[in-house]
Amino acid sequence: MGDGDFVAFIMMPVKRKFDAVIVGGGGAGLRAALQLSGSGLQVAVVSKVFPTRSHTVSAQGGITAALGNVTPDNWHWHMYDTVKGSDYLGDQDAIEFMCRHAAEAVIELEHMGLPFSRLDNGRIYQRPFGGQSMNYGGAQATRTCAAADRTGHALLHTLHQQNLKARTHFFDEYFALDLLRDADGYVLGVTALCIETGAPLVIEARATLLATGGAGRIFRYSTNAHINTGDGLGMVLRAGLALQDMEFWQFHPTGLPGSGSLITEGVRGEGGYLVNNRGERFMERYAPHAKDLAGRDVVARAVALEIHAGRGCGPHGDTIHLKLDHLGAALIKDKLPGIRELALRFAGVDPIDEPIPIVPTAHYMMGGIPTNLHGQVVMPARFGPEEPVPGLYAVGECACVSVHGANRLGGNSLLDLVVFGRAAGNHIIETLRENPFARLLPESAAEGALTRLERWNKTGAGENVADLRLTLQTLMQRHCGVFRTEVLMREGIAALDILQTRLEGVRLADHSQVFNTARIEALELENLFVVARATLVSALARTESRGAHARDDYPERDDDHWLKHTLYTSENDQIDTKPVRLKPLTVEPFLPKERTY
Amino acid sequence: MVGGALSTWLVQRVSALLLAAYSLFFPLWVALHWPLDFAVWRGLFVPLPMRIATLLFVVALALHAWVGMRDIFMDYVHPLGLRLTLHIVALLWLAACVVWATAILWRLS
Amino acid sequence: MRFSIYRYDPEQDAKPHMQVYDLDIDPAGNMLLDALLMIKDTLDSTLTLRRSCREGVCGSDGMNINGSNGLACITPLADLKQPVEVRPLPGLPVIRDLVVDMTPLNQQYRSVEPWLNNADPAPEIERLQSPEQRAQMDGLVECIQCGCCSSACPSFWWNPDKFVGPAGLLAAYRFIADSRDQTSDRRLDNLQDPYRLFRCHGIMNCVTVCPKGLNPTAAIGKMKTLLVKRGA
Repeated sequence: MGDGDFVAFIMMPVKRKFDAVIVGGGGAGLRAALQLSGSGLQVAVVSKVFPTRSHTVSAQGGITAALGNVTPDNWHWHMYDTVKGSDYLGDQDAIEFMCRHAAEAVIELEHMGLPFSRLDNGRIYQRPFGGQSMNYGGAQATRTCAAADRTGHALLHTLHQQNLKARTHFFDEYFALDLLRDADGYVLGVTALCIETGAPLVIEARATLLATGGAGRIFRYSTNAHINTGDGLGMVLRAGLALQDMEFWQFHPTGLPGSGSLITEGVRGEGGYLVNNRGERFMERYAPHAKDLAGRDVVARAVALEIHAGRGCGPHGDTIHLKLDHLGAALIKDKLPGIRELALRFAGVDPIDEPIPIVPTAHYMMGGIPTNLHGQVVMPARFGPEEPVPGLYAVGECACVSVHGANRLGGNSLLDLVVFGRAAGNHIIETLRENPFARLLPESAAEGALTRLERWNKTGAGENVADLRLTLQTLMQRHCGVFRTEVLMREGIAALDILQTRLEGVRLADHSQVFNTARIEALELENLFVVARATLVSALARTESRGAHARDDYPERDDDHWLKHTLYTSENDQIDTKPVRLKPLTVEPFLPKERTY
Repeated sequence: MVGGALSTWLVQRVSALLLAAYSLFFPLWVALHWPLDFAVWRGLFVPLPMRIATLLFVVALALHAWVGMRDIFMDYVHPLGLRLTLHIVALLWLAACVVWATAILWRLS
Repeated sequence: MRFSIYRYDPEQDAKPHMQVYDLDIDPAGNMLLDALLMIKDTLDSTLTLRRSCREGVCGSDGMNINGSNGLACITPLADLKQPVEVRPLPGLPVIRDLVVDMTPLNQQYRSVEPWLNNADPAPEIERLQSPEQRAQMDGLVECIQCGCCSSACPSFWWNPDKFVGPAGLLAAYRFIADSRDQTSDRRLDNLQDPYRLFRCHGIMNCVTVCPKGLNPTAAIGKMKTLLVKRGA
C-alpha cells in the first residue's frame, strides 16, 4: 500500500446500512421511526442531540383533535378552521387527511402512555385554542388535548420510550451533513458526522426521511431552541431541490421579551387576555368575535400595532401585558404550572399576582420541504409540479405538506408531527416491500459533504461564526419581520449578499476532533444562511398579504394572483409557483372568502 | 425469603426502632436511680426484664451495624475477595460482641 | 464577572485544568447559560458544552455550578458567588470540558423498561383515568433526564452499573403509579436485588439538586413500601 492509498483509506468514512434512516429525533422523526421499527425494519435515527433534547419538548399547550370531550365536535369543523386559519393557502387534501386522522392519532398516543390531563369522567382534558370554532365559524370550540402545559414534553418522552421498547437504532449526537444521491436522483441515505469523535459516517438506506424541525434561529428573537437551524432545509437546497412557501413565518403573539421563551396560547385558552398600557382589552377591537383567541397572525399583528401606536406597557413601552391573575392560583398551578415557572424565572413576575409582559416572537415555519400527504418529497419535474423524489421523505416542521398554509393554528403542529410521521412510516414500509433491493451507492456520493467539512479545517485569521450569526439574525429580524415592504426586503437581500461573502472568510479557532461544537455551529450557520435567503427571496416575490406574511405595500390578499405556493431553489434564487390543492379527499372544498375572527 | 435486600432493609428499619426506644428509655432509667455509683450502676441491670431489654438492644445494635457495614462494603469495596473477607471479619466481630455482652449481663446475677 | 471553568480536551490536554474568564455581563436578568455562551461567542470558541432549549425543559445543560448540580439555563447569575466555578456533572466520564458521557444514565433508564405495558385489547377511545389517578403521576412525569440527580448521588458514583440511580428509579415509579400500567409486579421484581433499588440510603442529594423540584427519594420510599406490602 503506497502513501496515497493510505490517505485514501483513512479518509474513507465508515459505512452503515439500514432499511431506512431518519434525520431528526423530535416528535415527527420518532413517530415515523416507531412505525418502521414496529414493522420489523432496521431503522436508524440520526439526531444531533439526544432525542429528548429536541425542540418538540418545548411545545406547551397541546395537540388538537376533535374528540368532543368538552364541547360537541367533529373533524369537519376542525378542517374548516384549519383551512380558514391557513388563509386558504393550505392544501385541502392534506388538511382533510390530518383532521380525519387526528382523533385516532391522539388516542394512539394515549394508549402509548402519554400522561394527558383528565376530565372528571376520565377522558382526555381539552382546552380552547385560537381559531377553533363549532359549526364552521360558530361559537368557540374546545379542541386542544393537553398534558398540563407540558404536552410536547410528554409527547416526546412517550415516543422516545416507545422507540426504546421497539429497539430503534439511535445515532445520538450525530450531525447530518448532506443527502447521498445517485446520478438518477435517487436518495440513498445521508452523510453524518459523529460529534463525539469527529469521524464522518456514511449511512446507506433505501429510504431517507428528514424530520429536522424548524429554523427559527434565523431570527434574533425567537421562541425556538438553539438547535433549530434548518439543517434538513440546507441539505435539500444543496441537493438542488426546492423549498416551498418559505415567506410564511409565524410570529407567536406571546413570547417573553429578551429570552424569547414561549408563553402558550393555552393561557388565553384558559381565560387569560391581553391588555395595553391603558388597561384596555384591545383584541376586542381587532377581532370582535374571537377576541384573544383569533388566529395567531391576527393577534401578533394587533400586539405589534398596539406597541407601535405607543400603547405598549413597561418602562420602554415595548411590551404588552398578558393578564391571567383573575384565573386564580389553583387553576394556574394545576393547568399552567410550566408557564408560571417560566414567568417567574425569565420575567421575574408571578402570574398569580401580576400580568406577564409579552412581545410577538418568531415561532414557527409554515413553509419547508414540499411533500405530499404520504410524506414523499415532491418536486416539479417532467410530468407535473409534484413528482416524488425517489427515496426521500420529510415530515414535521421541516416539511410543507401543506396543512398550515399561510398561518398555523395552535395545537396543529404536534398533530402534524404524529399524523404525517405515521403516514410517512406506512408509505416507507409499503415502498420498501415493493422495492426490496438497494441501488448501488456511487463511490463519490459522499464527496460533496466531505469537501464542505474539509473547508472548516482551514486555519488562520478570519471572522468568527458567532458574529456572523448575530448579524444574520439581526438582519432577518429587521428586514423580514412582522411587517414587510419591498424596499426593506431588497435592502435585506443586498445586506445578505455582503454577509454571504463574509461567510467565506470565517475561520474556526477550534480544530479538535473531540466534541467540536464550534464546527457544528459553523455547519449550522451555513444552513441558517440558505434558509434566510430562501425566506427573503420568497417574501419579496409574494406581492400580497396573506396569513403571517404581512406587507405594508400590498396590504390585501390577492387570490387572483397568489392563491398558489411559492417554490424557491438556490440556483439563481429562482422562484417558481405551483397551485394550491383546493380539492379535499372526499368532502366539498372550502372556497376562499374574507377571513375575520 | 422474598429478596434478601428487602429483608436486610427491613431489619435495619426495625432494629433502628428498637435502638431508638432503648435510647429514650435508658437515660430515664438512669435518672430515676440518680446519683450513680458503681453499685447502683450494677443494680440497674439486675432485674430480668432490664437484662432482656438490654440484650435486645445489643442484638439490634449488632444487626443494625451489620446492615450498615454491609452497605459500606457494597458501596466502596468492589474487589470480591476483599469484600467477602471484610464481611466475614465484621460478622465475626459483631457476633463476638453479642456473646460478650450476654456474658457480661448474665455474670451479674 | 469572573468565571472559573473546568477545561479538558483529551486531544490537547494531559489532564484537566480550571480556566479563568472575566466577562463583561450584567448579572441582572441573565442566566449562567447566557454567560457561558457569551464566553464561547466572544472570548473562547473552544469552550464546549451542550445546550438546546435554553428554558429548562430539554435537560441538555446539567452541570456542577459552585459545587451543586443544576441547569445553567435556569440558574440566575445574580444568585452566584464569584468566581463562579463551573464543572461537568460529577461521577460521569468527561468527554470534553463540560460535556459528560451520559451512557451510564441512559442504560439505567432503559433497564427499568420505561414504557407503558397494558395487554388488554386497546379500546377505540382513550383508556379512562380519573383526575385523582392522573395526579398520582404528578411530580414523576415532569422529569427531563438532565442527570443532575443521579450524578449528585454517591451511591450512583460507586455503583453506576448496578444501582439504577434516582432518575431511573423515578421513571420506574412513574409507570407503577400509572393506573393504566399492568406490570407493577414485574417492575418491582426488577428492583429487588441488593443493588438496583436498595443502594439508596436516603441522603436526598437528588431532591436538593433537582432543577424541576421533583422528589426521587419519595418515589423510592413508595416503592420500598410497595415491596414490603407485597412481601407481607
